[in-house]
Amino acid sequence: MDLGPHAGFIVAAYAAAAIIVSALVFWVVIDYRGLERSIAKLEARGAKRRSDR
Amino acid sequence: MPLSELANPHRFLRLVRVLIPALAMLALVLIGLGLVQGFRAPADYQQGEMVRVMYIHVPSAWIALAAYTLMAIASLGTLVWRHPLADVAAKAAAPIGAAFCLLCLVTGALWGRPMWGAYWVWDPRLTSVLVLFLLYLGVIALWRAIDDPGRAAKAAAILTLVGFINVPIVKFSVEWWSSLHQGASVFRLDGPSIHPSLLQPLLISAAGFVALFFALHLAAMRNEILRRRLRTLGILAAAEAEAR
Amino acid sequence: MSAALAAILKRDLKLALRAGGGAGIGVIFFLAVVVIVPFAVGPDLPLLKRIGAAVLWIGALLASLLGLERIFAADHEDGSLDLLFLAPVPLALAAAAKALAHWVATGLPLVVMAPILGLMLGIDARSLVAVTATLVVGTPAVTFIGLLAGALAVTLPRSGLLVAVLVLPLAIPLLIFGVAATDAAVTGEIPFGAPFRLLCAISLFFFVLGPIAAAAALRYARE
Repeated sequence: MDLGPHAGFIVAAYAAAAIIVSALVFWVVIDYRGLERSIAKLEARGAKRRSDR
Repeated sequence: MPLSELANPHRFLRLVRVLIPALAMLALVLIGLGLVQGFRAPADYQQGEMVRVMYIHVPSAWIALAAYTLMAIASLGTLVWRHPLADVAAKAAAPIGAAFCLLCLVTGALWGRPMWGAYWVWDPRLTSVLVLFLLYLGVIALWRAIDDPGRAAKAAAILTLVGFINVPIVKFSVEWWSSLHQGASVFRLDGPSIHPSLLQPLLISAAGFVALFFALHLAAMRNEILRRRLRTLGILAAAEAEAR
Repeated sequence: MSAALAAILKRDLKLALRAGGGAGIGVIFFLAVVVIVPFAVGPDLPLLKRIGAAVLWIGALLASLLGLERIFAADHEDGSLDLLFLAPVPLALAAAAKALAHWVATGLPLVVMAPILGLMLGIDARSLVAVTATLVVGTPAVTFIGLLAGALAVTLPRSGLLVAVLVLPLAIPLLIFGVAATDAAVTGEIPFGAPFRLLCAISLFFFVLGPIAAAAALRYARE
């Protein structure tokens, strides 16, 4: 596809979008995994919330 | 489903387990469709191929504004109705809104360089979005500064609302300011009204961005709920260890 | 009611002006900011004259930020904030009195200093009057925005930078109309009154919004 004389700027804009969106997805997923792991670790040690008893 | 039913975090977590993948798929399909249609459409007679940047630039600007509005409504939810998920929603929206605001600024700069000859011009719209970005960063900084979640929620809610009231004033001021400095010499974007062959992919892409935002937002809300559960568990574990 | 407000005003002024109150440091900071500008842009008097009003406004804006994080934090630490809640006046009014005292102790000296520093930047007499007038109206509004930021950060130990980050975006309209009114007085392209009245309007807006929001923030911080 011919993107004209300013192809570099268009590609850069889409690259920026890809980087920012994937950074968001990455942050959300990594955060989720870390939290799940920490909660599982604490629960394995016997910590329970009052409502679960 | 009434909003009060969502107050139960367990029910909310069960619901988002279904919603997040569905919204993510929807976002992927819509953005893909929008981009394919957008790149097939003929190039703009004035902007040429550069108009392709619009399909990400304009939706991210909309999302940046909508996310702040969502934060303001959620802040009302925190302060007035005291809905337990309201501050979770407000906190989760802030970094995502800021990211879309940044994306809007970056793509705008890359669009501006070939069109206006500069990466940045102090145009009222650009300047307002920049101030919005600063407001986002301020809210995020406040959330991070206060470690008690309940207290941080209330402080951030007040700041969000004050910022929300200020957005129109800032908009008015920068418009007044730039009319003083630049006048008619500025190359303005709002030239010819948009052609349907460009509008349709834009709207599809924007719908995809909305789905993407909500997928990310719900995931971030889930993380926040888990983070608070972890905090409670940690405090309980510490208390028990002390009791022993 | 006015007796209680006067008491708050008097107490805060006394605290600010006595040794360790930190009222004078703002003026020194203002002086330092204005003095470093010619070192950055060069000793070019026509240029300095052109940007002089903007330099004074930025200097005054930054200097107004100093000490805002202590406006409620000090009272929170020594317990007098609790007495403020019991005072026979609405909390918003008590907060406004504190902001006024803070401005008289720190903002007013800046306004007094501004014409002297303006002379060093080569600003002529007419613009000196204009810039001083805009600072008289604008700097209290900065303090009243800072009142809210100080209330949000009341329990935080090191919040100076946070307060600055919160206040500056909200103060942009004040800066715009403050500098624009001064420029109008210099160039005469537009009448001084138009931007000056808008500056007054925005200041009045913050005089109302600042104390109300600050009072709400303090109440929630106590819960």
